[in-house]
Amino acid sequence: MSAAAAVQEQKVEKNYLNADHTIASWLLTKDHKRIAVLYLISVTFFFFIGSIAAGLVRLELTSSQGLMLTSEAYNKMFSAHGVVMIFFFLIPAVPATLGNFILPIMLGARDLAFPRLNLLSWYLYVFAGILAAIALATGGFDAGWTFYTPLSSLYSNTQITMALSAAFIAGFSSIFTGLNFIVTVHKMRAPGMTWFRMPLMIWSTYATSVIIILGTPVVAITLFLVILERWLGIGIFSPEIGGDPVLFQHMFWFYSHPAVYIMVLPAMGVVSELMAAFSKRPVFGYHFVAFSSLAIAGLGFLVWGHHMFVSSQSVYLSVVFSFITFLVAIPSAIKTFNWTFTMFKGHVEFKTPMIYGLAFMGLFLIGGLTGLFLASLDTDVHLTGTYFIVAHFHYVMVGSATIAFMGGLHYWWPKMFGRMYSEFWGRISAITIFAGFNFTFFPQFIVGYLGMPRRYHYYFFEPGWEVYNIMSTMGATILAIGFAMPAFYLTASLLKGKKAPQNPWGAKGLEWEKAASPPVTHNFSEPVVVTEPAYNYPTLDEWPEDDAGVEAALAPQGGKG
Amino acid sequence: MGNFPMRPVPASEHAQAYDALFFTITGLMAFFTVLVVVLVIYFAAKYRKGSKANRRNPIDGHLPMEITWTAIPLVLAIVIFFWSTRNFLIQRDMPKQGIEIMVIGKQWMWHLEHMNGIRENDELHIPVGVPVKFTMISQDVLHAMYLPEFRTQYHVVPGRYTDLHFTPTKIGVYKMLCAMHCGAQHSEMVGKVYVMSQKDYAAWLEKHGNRFAPKVVSMAESGKLLFNQKGCANCHNDVNNERAPSLVGLIGQTRKFEGGGAAIADRTYVRDSIFSPYDQIVQGYENTMPSYKSQLTEEQVIDLYEYIKSLGNTPPPDGKKVPYEQSDRPPGIDMSSPDNATRTTNERESASATQFHETGDRK
Amino acid sequence: MSEHAAHNEGGDVVYAQYETIEQQQESYVVGMWSFLVTEIMFFGGLFMVYSLYRWKYVDVWSKMSTELDWRWGGLNTTILLISSFFVAMAVQKAQKRETKAQINYLWLTVLCALGFLCVKYVEYQAKFHHGLWPDALYTAPHIIPHGEEGYSRIFMSLYFAMTGLHGAHVAIGIIVITTLIFMTKAKAPSVSDFVPTEMVGLYWHFVDLVWIFLYPLFYLIPK
Repeated sequence: MSAAAAVQEQKVEKNYLNADHTIASWLLTKDHKRIAVLYLISVTFFFFIGSIAAGLVRLELTSSQGLMLTSEAYNKMFSAHGVVMIFFFLIPAVPATLGNFILPIMLGARDLAFPRLNLLSWYLYVFAGILAAIALATGGFDAGWTFYTPLSSLYSNTQITMALSAAFIAGFSSIFTGLNFIVTVHKMRAPGMTWFRMPLMIWSTYATSVIIILGTPVVAITLFLVILERWLGIGIFSPEIGGDPVLFQHMFWFYSHPAVYIMVLPAMGVVSELMAAFSKRPVFGYHFVAFSSLAIAGLGFLVWGHHMFVSSQSVYLSVVFSFITFLVAIPSAIKTFNWTFTMFKGHVEFKTPMIYGLAFMGLFLIGGLTGLFLASLDTDVHLTGTYFIVAHFHYVMVGSATIAFMGGLHYWWPKMFGRMYSEFWGRISAITIFAGFNFTFFPQFIVGYLGMPRRYHYYFFEPGWEVYNIMSTMGATILAIGFAMPAFYLTASLLKGKKAPQNPWGAKGLEWEKAASPPVTHNFSEPVVVTEPAYNYPTLDEWPEDDAGVEAALAPQGGKG
Repeated sequence: MGNFPMRPVPASEHAQAYDALFFTITGLMAFFTVLVVVLVIYFAAKYRKGSKANRRNPIDGHLPMEITWTAIPLVLAIVIFFWSTRNFLIQRDMPKQGIEIMVIGKQWMWHLEHMNGIRENDELHIPVGVPVKFTMISQDVLHAMYLPEFRTQYHVVPGRYTDLHFTPTKIGVYKMLCAMHCGAQHSEMVGKVYVMSQKDYAAWLEKHGNRFAPKVVSMAESGKLLFNQKGCANCHNDVNNERAPSLVGLIGQTRKFEGGGAAIADRTYVRDSIFSPYDQIVQGYENTMPSYKSQLTEEQVIDLYEYIKSLGNTPPPDGKKVPYEQSDRPPGIDMSSPDNATRTTNERESASATQFHETGDRK
Repeated sequence: MSEHAAHNEGGDVVYAQYETIEQQQESYVVGMWSFLVTEIMFFGGLFMVYSLYRWKYVDVWSKMSTELDWRWGGLNTTILLISSFFVAMAVQKAQKRETKAQINYLWLTVLCALGFLCVKYVEYQAKFHHGLWPDALYTAPHIIPHGEEGYSRIFMSLYFAMTGLHGAHVAIGIIVITTLIFMTKAKAPSVSDFVPTEMVGLYWHFVDLVWIFLYPLFYLIPK
């Protein structure tokens, strides 16, 4: 057995994973694929931390009187959950992990434009993460992830300065990643890879990067001003000396609303890839999907005021923001319909990533459509600041971004690690997550409409809300089980998974057709020249009936394309 | 509604209109969700790998279809936008007539004051069928006054007055919540709104809000006492004198400032002038008034405003300044004159529903 | 990544991820401009805050701006403009591969930058001396009577925040340029062509440009 393994080992070609084995070769790597793996490990770690906080919050809410936490501890729990999940999981999850791995390969490049900067991004992220962890360990912070002034600047005496610094530094990490992606997309495309031959994952990652470099600096300076206020009392947001606390909200949401698209746009890119690969059809209306990404990125900067309809901002401003927010619904609708029609006359295969893709469709639909209640001025007044908002943004950020991250992870897993995972457990866990997610968050829409404000620890004055909170916590348990499963079967896949072929899904794209599984250090053994548009699946009128025939038709050399 | 409540009690006129819009959007949403889900399931099943579906002449894109699914959502969005914006504008248009309540948010309680001086904490008693307007300010951090049964909410901001209004239509006890995270005991910043019949409300007023105090001092009266105690009356009296401009008939007037700029004298102007007078010195006067920031609470500022408002609508003639020695005290200030004091008191007390001077949306 | 780097005919280093030297240089230029866009948004946030409060407190602004000495600010403007000239010359010399002249011009730039910081130090020192420091002990007795500082604090807060952030950029510039000088002297392969100097030059021009906006906004306009 061991002798056979040794022989096998020798036959294994050099790839980015086994090119070097020292720890230093990982920690000082400039290979975008290795950095992606480092990100994967660290975002998983923070996902775990954030999930524990979420679990405690959910547990506490099963009783309207609270169970075991004090109100201070409860406030710290949801603040920790928000900060960790947003700044340390959602924002880096899809772009910095999957994007980092797949973007240069999809473009036919050997690496990102600035590999050292890429490594620096990861270190900044880790440093920020450590700061956040220290802030949590030394007492936590209680102003929520939104850090609204003057609570965060003048009234709270918890570890807010450190939490703000962590978010500030994490911001620079994503700025550098975004910058790297922009340059890479502009300058590193392989010969023949024109803009409209790029896979849609690239389009949406590009749109994301534009948001990052335009928006993140503004939130960075905003958080910095709050730090200065706590530290030196400069009082830009302090009503005591004529500062405007509401100005903070404007500046915060100028970034933090587009930040939602930082999370969702790359997720949409992943779903475009999944729908095409598992339908064996090009994405329906490629140009519309590509431009709708840019439209979302552009409009995303003009809607921040919809977080502030009841914050004392001018009524007329609110009307304008509401209108533009309605317009954002249009590109989202375009994408949804195009993904649906991608399956039209295709060969749909229900592999694990596709199940995540279909789950995304359903959850994004609900998440996006419930956004209409909040875009519309009148309905927002009653719903803002309640569990309706909580449910809405969890549908968008967990139901869409995290589900797409899981889908993308399963889709590119064989490419990343050269191993297959258990398809059976993959499907089971995808379905469990989908069910658990709906069970957790759908009741929150109702309890929000009933008037339960978010961030409430006790709600004993309204016993009718308890039943929905208990349902939600039960759902969260299912969700936790669903998310725990991949930890086991993906680890098992790493240890003794079946070796992955170069193109296990029969998909189109440079990463499947030209790069080995796992790819070599500089991605391709020979220079890449692109000669066809993305998703150029063979358009046979009659497909072979048996699987072998289909595989043959789809194999890179056998295809008609 | 049994164990699964699905709808908060609609207890105001606006709540009915609100729910109509809410359920219309819900209906639209359900329609599109079902449409897409059915399409997804249909395509996924029909074109599953290995099925014998007809796959001839596949298409990669279809312009008329793209236009269809761009245009239909766009039209629907615009319809909802207009409907909702109309409702919202009505909501933000404050009523001219009704009951005005002053609300002060503080960590972690609601302090409410009726114009006639009845003060309540975390409780509010109002009659059914009469418009109620809240004028709100926070003493510390951001709060949000949230009244789910009336489907209304607005932030309570430090350093700035905000407002909201509603007309209760149903007798009952309703929730008054804080919907903006405001620190440790955020979830205990919870109160009750008692909507009473006109008769019960009159009885409640009669008993001075069930308080044991023998006599309720109206806000304007409290303001008058303060005006004397804090020495405001030393300079501000019935005519524009050399020391200071008169405050008679101030509210609603346009004030011009030294060094340019002007403002309409409203609640915010009065508050700013008390807290940082040197930032808006009335044209023709010296910078002599000190800041009263550390000496007055938000409640007291509100009382002072009510007193100034009660001084009438006619400002003294503009342009000439009387030497200070020749100026008289404004009516009502002089506590030695019982006639004046009584008149003001009676006026305020008899009016449970007062007239608002401010109009429109001040933000 | 030096083991993967190759030299082209001109002797310049082409890193492994690039096909040609042109692609590498263009990437640097696109990257630098993207970075400057980020910087513009970073300062842009503060400029937005500035315009808001200036509009809100016009009187306070005109009172407080007299507190700032336009001559010190003018001196600093001149120093920065001259330094921009030096850095432009350094880029030109780098393109012509006149390393010695390039290094000399870079040193002159650093000198100007240090001069700028010295002037800033003198100015800040005077402000601290007058109690114009943005904290609870803030006073401005010679302009505004005690107890009436009010909104004038916002002006000084913004003054310190914006010029301070700009000063930090100048300090970073000094570190970067000095590093570039020593790397060029040591003939480090990564600075073998003119592109790094040009990038530093772009950054320095940006720092200069920010000051060109700061100077009139704080020192001149309210007069």
